Amino acid sequence: MSEFLQQLLNGLSLGAIYALIALGYTMVYGVLRFINFAHGDVFMLGAFAGYFLAPKVAQVFPPGSIAGALVVLVTVMAICAGIGASIEYLAYRPLRRRPKLTVLITAIGVSLFIEFTCQHRLVFGASPRTFPELLANKTLHLGGLTLNTNQLVVIALTALLLGGLSFVVQRTKVGTAMRAVAFNEQAAALMGVNINRIITFTFALGSALAGAGGILFAMTYTKIEPLMGVQTGLKAFVAAVVGGIGNLPGAALGGLVLGVVETLAGGVQGLSNYRDGIAFAALILILLFRPAGLLGRAQIEKV
Amino acid sequence: MSLLEVRDLHVNYGAINVLHGISLRVAPKEVVTLIGGNGAGKTTTLRTLSGLVRARSGTVVFDGKPIDSLPPHEIVRLGLGHVPEGRMVFANLTVHENLQMGAYLQRDRAAIARELEYVFTLFPRLKERHRQIAGTLSGGEQQMLAIGRALMGQPRFLMLDEPSLGIAPLLVKTIFAKISEINRERGITVLLVEQNANLALEVAHRGYVLETGRITLEDASPALRANPQVRSAYLGG
Repeated sequence: MSEFLQQLLNGLSLGAIYALIALGYTMVYGVLRFINFAHGDVFMLGAFAGYFLAPKVAQVFPPGSIAGALVVLVTVMAICAGIGASIEYLAYRPLRRRPKLTVLITAIGVSLFIEFTCQHRLVFGASPRTFPELLANKTLHLGGLTLNTNQLVVIALTALLLGGLSFVVQRTKVGTAMRAVAFNEQAAALMGVNINRIITFTFALGSALAGAGGILFAMTYTKIEPLMGVQTGLKAFVAAVVGGIGNLPGAALGGLVLGVVETLAGGVQGLSNYRDGIAFAALILILLFRPAGLLGRAQIEKV
Repeated sequence: MSLLEVRDLHVNYGAINVLHGISLRVAPKEVVTLIGGNGAGKTTTLRTLSGLVRARSGTVVFDGKPIDSLPPHEIVRLGLGHVPEGRMVFANLTVHENLQMGAYLQRDRAAIARELEYVFTLFPRLKERHRQIAGTLSGGEQQMLAIGRALMGQPRFLMLDEPSLGIAPLLVKTIFAKISEINRERGITVLLVEQNANLALEVAHRGYVLETGRITLEDASPALRANPQVRSAYLGG
């Protein structure tokens, strides 16, 4: 039982990271109806931004302090917001009136471009680096459970960011405009909404969350490298689809489900090598029974 | 002096020409209707005026300012509201949020509250349902919401595209009465596109007849209603 709870907790903290990334996929899909395949690379860039920033911040704030970690986190989120908005402006906006397939292929191109540029020895190089310890990671024993404080930080911070996102989307003017654009871009334009500005905002918001995910991932797994966004990004994308693409709570739920299933499968003796296979099989099953995803509603094709 | 002046507007969708050089003008506080059959180009005309569709050539001047190359959100800012065909309410938002979206460009909270109050007196049904998700409203209620939403932007000029489409006859009467009321009480200039020419000519001061992308007739509403050609083509004999 305590083994199960232990794995559940591990799964939740991994799933929280998937959830943060999945939200970016789903938000962009909501307003533009395409998958930004470069999103996983923004997650990677977030981890690297944190890697280079942490030593600088440590000169001002005591190493391992909460204030220092927060400064790193917020700065990285801002940097990633800028990167995401720039990718949209440079790569996707010129193709706005082109077929979606064109944009999709461009997204794959942007993703490969970022990955392999970063692998160059003059940029980050291909070999993994060890992420500095942002927060002192303590191990706690609680009943039969072993928790480390990092896992709790990941879960708590994700909850906080999800709450913040929900507030922005549900309660603010720009969030209402995002939902309006997602539903009907032309009608939103007739209200005086500058569609481009909302799209920029959406990319910035999603990318900031991916940046936070990058920091949390790096804190937990400590190894970062330029291709780290490939598999994690793919999984987060799958999480967004499982939750119901375009649906924000769905993306968060999908991320958590994927993290938990993957970790539980990995915890079973003899199955740990198949953890990804089992996780994806479970997701295929979910989609067989709920093709629109866990929280997605079946779309009626507009005619 | 016209509030809106359209000169020689040509619009095409790809290889298909939809508007072959239409010209029209609307004076301040006027209600003008554009009548015509299916596919005549009525909706395209409105969509071009509000910037959703780009004209190939021709000019649109609103209040002395050319607007034919402006994006939709800047045209709205000048005071040109558009209630689009099919209503296009934000079905995923509440009635209240839809109305807030209508006031997207307004910064003055007091003015927004005043406008909301006006819309609620105009359409009390919207007040009753202001917390409801707009997608759950009936067609007629959605039309009220679409008009209310456009009014929240405090337009000087309001374009309405087929407000009678798919709505119970009783509600159609109410909605047309409200359109008159908006014009009279608020002094908002109206450009009304309708297939139901009878109704449109009752409300409008003047009308244009649009046939396959060309204006073929232009007159005061009583004259159009008396015109034998209009009677046989659009008024059911």
